[in-house]
Amino acid sequence: MKARLMDRAATVVLTLIAVLIIGTLVGLLGFILSQGWHKLNLDFLTSPPDIVNAGGGIGPQLFNSLYLLVLTMLIALPLGIGAGIYMAEYAPDNKITQFIRMSIEVLSSLPSIVVGLFGLLVFVNMTGWGYTLFGGALALTVFNLPLLVRVTEDALRNVPRSQKEASLALGITKWRTIVSVILPAALPGIITGAILASGRVFGEAAALLFTAGMSSPNLDFTDFSLNSTTSPLNPFRPAETLAVHIWKVNSEGLTPDARDVADGAAAVLIIAVLLFNLSARWFGNWVYKKMTSGSN
Amino acid sequence: MKKLSKMFIALTCVGALLAGCGSGNTAQTPAPAQQPAKEQSNSGSTPKTSGEPVTAVGSTALQPLVEQAAKDFMAKNAGAQIQVQGGGSGTGLSQVASGAATIGNSDIFAEEKKGIPANELVDHKVAVVGMAAAVSPQVKVDNLTKQQLIDIFTGKITNWKDVGGEDMKITLVNRPKSSGTRATFSKFALDGKEEAEGITEDSSGTVRKIIAETPGAIGYLALSYFNDSVKALKLDGVEANAENITSNKYPVWAYEHMYTKGEAAGDAKAFLDFILTDEVQKKTVTELGFLPITDMKVERDAEGKVTQK
Amino acid sequence: MSHRTEGVNTERKSMIAQKMLTTNKRQKTENITGKTIAMICAGLLVIVVLSITYFIASKGLSTFFVDGVSFKEFLTHDKWDPEGEPSAYGVLPFILGSFFVTALAALIAAPLGIGAAIFMTEIFPGFGKKVLKPVIELLVGIPSVVYGYVGLTLLVPFIREQFDVLGFSLLAGGLVLALMILPTITSVAADAIEAVPQDLRNASLALGATRWQTIWNVVLHSALPGCLTAIVLGMSRAFGEALAVQMVIGNTTKLPGGLFEPISTLTSGITLNMGNTIQGTPYNNALWSMALLLLAMSFIFIVILRLLGRKRLAK
Repeated sequence: MKARLMDRAATVVLTLIAVLIIGTLVGLLGFILSQGWHKLNLDFLTSPPDIVNAGGGIGPQLFNSLYLLVLTMLIALPLGIGAGIYMAEYAPDNKITQFIRMSIEVLSSLPSIVVGLFGLLVFVNMTGWGYTLFGGALALTVFNLPLLVRVTEDALRNVPRSQKEASLALGITKWRTIVSVILPAALPGIITGAILASGRVFGEAAALLFTAGMSSPNLDFTDFSLNSTTSPLNPFRPAETLAVHIWKVNSEGLTPDARDVADGAAAVLIIAVLLFNLSARWFGNWVYKKMTSGSN
Repeated sequence: MKKLSKMFIALTCVGALLAGCGSGNTAQTPAPAQQPAKEQSNSGSTPKTSGEPVTAVGSTALQPLVEQAAKDFMAKNAGAQIQVQGGGSGTGLSQVASGAATIGNSDIFAEEKKGIPANELVDHKVAVVGMAAAVSPQVKVDNLTKQQLIDIFTGKITNWKDVGGEDMKITLVNRPKSSGTRATFSKFALDGKEEAEGITEDSSGTVRKIIAETPGAIGYLALSYFNDSVKALKLDGVEANAENITSNKYPVWAYEHMYTKGEAAGDAKAFLDFILTDEVQKKTVTELGFLPITDMKVERDAEGKVTQK
Repeated sequence: MSHRTEGVNTERKSMIAQKMLTTNKRQKTENITGKTIAMICAGLLVIVVLSITYFIASKGLSTFFVDGVSFKEFLTHDKWDPEGEPSAYGVLPFILGSFFVTALAALIAAPLGIGAAIFMTEIFPGFGKKVLKPVIELLVGIPSVVYGYVGLTLLVPFIREQFDVLGFSLLAGGLVLALMILPTITSVAADAIEAVPQDLRNASLALGATRWQTIWNVVLHSALPGCLTAIVLGMSRAFGEALAVQMVIGNTTKLPGGLFEPISTLTSGITLNMGNTIQGTPYNNALWSMALLLLAMSFIFIVILRLLGRKRLAK
């Protein structure tokens, strides 16, 4: 009897926990979105921030976030996939491989502030670049590499052996097989991982405070040369991302509507992260359906 | 093979999605681009600029002013490139001393920071910032003597009733030990007395928020950060306003410095000169809550010695 | 996909075929280049880790070797006054603050996270997989700045009004961190629980145990190393979190005095002071030493995780 009661009680408690978690998330999202909802219009999303008066937007910050994301992925994806290939296909079972594995673990558990400080020391001070988008992208690469390597390795390992063997049997070299047979088959998993990593890039602030800086030069969106300081595409300019902007506006904002801007920016950030998450999920499901639909 | 081609279709989709994001951005480009274009058109007399990029790094408190001034300067001088970055006064001073930045923005004199070769740096004082003790509006006290302020910040007085207010616990809101604002406040308002530990935040916005929301809280803010949510206290009966600060009747103020290594040259010099023009001093400086350096009736050196101008 | 079962034979054949056909020189170089590229990528990971360790350590150790601060004093003294006369570099308040807030977060998040993991694997797997899991994964995606911001606007005033205290406190930091590490704990614990063989459950149920008895005595027992791994992973995340924590703990540099007292952490000490100090000064170096402590802690967490992993394999 007592055991039965315990069983009942445990079910209730566990259900309550689940409800509590869902409630917290819904409350959190609801709060952020409701606070920032009234700021969500095209003008806010596209106009530059105003230093003195109310009515500034987050246009450059939004652009910086997206551009930083692209830069980071350009650097991190090839490296991550390359290392993932090595770990899945080449790595012998020895001490060196173990050491690499250990390194991946260390990287993935590094506090973002430590990565940021490392970036400050190396990418900002030692290179003499100052605060740059590129430095920020490198720091974020350090941050996301372990995730990408792991995802790639898992995805590669999950590719059926028969495909690999068939290709090798045709006399195709190992590298060719990896690049043109195994990698494409593993792509869905890698892409899902990359999208999730993108969400992290979008939301990261602590590491960027020390690497990409807290200011954005006057951007001239008609200038697309790579080396002009006002060009939005110049990777060697300081750039403030959306997450950093929230931090800055909250802490140093002088405009009368600083609170509004922070609320709006937080809402935009949340929506972006939600989009990344949902698209990763949707993409994963879609690929899963395609793969299992038996068309081949 | 079929699967492979499908994968590529999938890839293309993702690519298109990304491109979509990208084009979304290019679509919004006209809006920000219009402004500089407009401003450029009315820049009649264009002095020659060397076009050498100038970087101004440092104090986050000074950053909005320099950013705005840089914006106006570049609108007037096509080809000038001025990059403004934050990072803090310490960063600004170290970077200008090491040559990594052209201009180092600082809230305090270079002489006050250990480890900076102050004799190699040239000081350009560009504005004055006043500071005042700030309390939440519920606190009924309007004025404190210097001794009372010192007693509060050193932890001797812990209740507002001891300084003529209601029975409410005093909560200190402080700055980190390395902060320039803390250095100034402690030097001129607390006579350098060691402050007791309290809530510590670096950024003025957060400090203001905490003071506004925490009953009985006291902290200090630059005058530019005061709004309806917090109240400035008088010190020894003197209000912290422009008139009292320019004449040094109210002593808690500091210069905003822009340091160069050796004499400024080229665009850096033109920019620093521009900041000292009435156009910036009377407009941007005042709008952002600083006091124009040109209005000061007294001068103060790094040791705190005051001389009449 | 249909030839999956043609085992060893195909493999051997393919090997022979491969050997015969890859003699082509161009293919050989391609093969080698490919392998080299992959190796370089993997090697880069090691280089990055080594250089992070080297740079942070070389900066962090100069506090002790250049500025002559005693290592023991650094770790055990509670007076932090780097600009005072005489200067004091005791970071104990920061260290203890970091540990306390991490422990509190784990105390709150561990039961919730493991509870949620049990809920979505054992009680309502359907609802758990369809609703709870995505919801929890969404929590991971929320940027830490947003957590801090919400903590500052909602949680701190709430604690202040409910308990008539300051609000900025160990408790506020612990709660925010608990929410942030909940997803890590839940998903890792869920994987561990799912990995428990179904036979064990069936055996227990067949012996007449209730579902809860089965979960408590059998499932959790054999998933214990996995659950511990989940908690340690969460703690390692909490220990290094910076911005969200800094906004709600008050950053008072004194030894933690209670649940409702403000505290400082290693991360908040670094972010608050790094920009204001001059490179190369003892003050600045002391901050790097704090970063080195953070780095050392994440190594320690990894060692713990490795030990737990070995235990799990042994089971």
